Amino acid sequence: MLILEEVSVRVGQFVLPEFSLEIAEGECVALMGPSGCGKTTLMETVCGLRSGMIRGRILLDGVEISGLPPGARGIGLVPQDVALFPTLTVREQLEFGPKLHGWGRREIRERTDGLAEDLGLEKLLNRVPHGLSGGEARRVALGRALALKPRLLCLDEALSGLDEERHDEVLQVIRKMIEREGVTALHVTHSRKEAEAIADRVVVMG
Amino acid sequence: MEEKQGRDKIWRVRPEWPFLLFLVFVVAAYLGLLLLMVGANVLTVSWKDAWEILKDPDIQHSIKLTFVTCTATAILSVLVSVPVAYLLSRYQFRGRAFIDTLLDIPILLPPLIVGLSLLILFNRVSPSDCCWMMAGGFLLAAVSGCLWKGKGMVQSVTGGMAVVFGGLALLLSGNESSLEDIASGAGIPMTFHPLGVVLAQFPVAAAFAVRTMRTTFDQISPRYEEVAMTLGCNRGQAFARVVLPLAGKGMVAAGTMAWARALGEFGPILIFAGATRGRTEVLATSVFLEINIGNLPGAAALSLLMILLAVTTLLLVRFFVGRGGAM
Repeated sequence: MLILEEVSVRVGQFVLPEFSLEIAEGECVALMGPSGCGKTTLMETVCGLRSGMIRGRILLDGVEISGLPPGARGIGLVPQDVALFPTLTVREQLEFGPKLHGWGRREIRERTDGLAEDLGLEKLLNRVPHGLSGGEARRVALGRALALKPRLLCLDEALSGLDEERHDEVLQVIRKMIEREGVTALHVTHSRKEAEAIADRVVVMG
Repeated sequence: MEEKQGRDKIWRVRPEWPFLLFLVFVVAAYLGLLLLMVGANVLTVSWKDAWEILKDPDIQHSIKLTFVTCTATAILSVLVSVPVAYLLSRYQFRGRAFIDTLLDIPILLPPLIVGLSLLILFNRVSPSDCCWMMAGGFLLAAVSGCLWKGKGMVQSVTGGMAVVFGGLALLLSGNESSLEDIASGAGIPMTFHPLGVVLAQFPVAAAFAVRTMRTTFDQISPRYEEVAMTLGCNRGQAFARVVLPLAGKGMVAAGTMAWARALGEFGPILIFAGATRGRTEVLATSVFLEINIGNLPGAAALSLLMILLAVTTLLLVRFFVGRGGAM
């Protein structure tokens, strides 16, 4: 369960006014709003990637995470530009988090193979990101974010730039994975249609 | 339709000849000058001259020392430029623009001044004076930072450094020996010594390496590090595991650029390390010494060797940077 209590963030001259939100465990919330209203800033603050939170508290499963480093928050992120590590294979991308957290070799192998099967990545495991299609890259980024079994999944316009066919395909995969993993999700998007298709609830900022 | 069947007319936009001719003339004049300079060396030298000079044991020592010092300078420059460029590329802090400007000073300074400054620093300044200067610099940074934007992390760090260096200066205040005395005592003499060649090449070479690495890091999206951090990396791990592998080609390009710059260094080496045959002589000083003894063909032969090395280095840089310095 994610709770934002009157969170206000300052980034340079921009100030995000106090914002509160509650997302129940396992719920998927789509966050919408006009460009520049601070959706991505808020998501990055929740992930611990932006300092400058001047007011409020962020609680995840009852624990205040406002001052924790990003890696200790238990949050998986799928950024807008995907940001797959160019030098690593798909398998290495999926194993990146678990290896860092010192998982056992067998545990890592089982998790990676399971995610690859669920996301349809079995044949891509030895490929590097260069040459993957937009839809494939999104699925790898989703798998990488879910590999550590996060308590919250943050999707920052994760479907932008895809053609209609790939868009619908990846949307179905995201929806399926959120349900299968039982993870709480926060999805930032510009598209009302996408928000309604993916989320249990739509919240509009600004 | 006036076109005859079977013959498609191809329309071409007429080039603007006067402007195009002007561009071609300027390019031809500039390239012509460069090629004539190389050609003049080729005409002056004969294979016999080149062979004679390359057989000379002093010149062979000079070539070896050139390779060793340029390589050492290039490695040192990359080691320094990577953290400096990463800091400037990724962190926003007060005084960043000022530090950025300071880093360009070695490129803008007349080379003789770099050598003279090193000579004075190592032979006329005591360790306590150095510490006083460092303390003064940090204190100035801390006070100006506080006056400008109030208290902050950078001001605290610079203020702390001022105190540390002030304390060191007081501790060392009785010691009037120079830095060179201390370095010689530790078995690493600098002035008029081969190690001094590296130190004389380093400031300018490192400045070029910093520029190259800065461009490289600017091209790498910070998003990679952010994602790595959500997966459990701290800043250092994200840098080592994600950014460094991506910056590999940029590092090679920076090293190559520093190597080429060190190859052409002359003024600082002459002033700080000297031009002693068989000891501190590198290729650039060899050319100077050959001219001094009236051996123009020998100087031209060495010049051609340096041109060859410089062109090869530049082609390597083009190869690495042209394929994306950030990969």
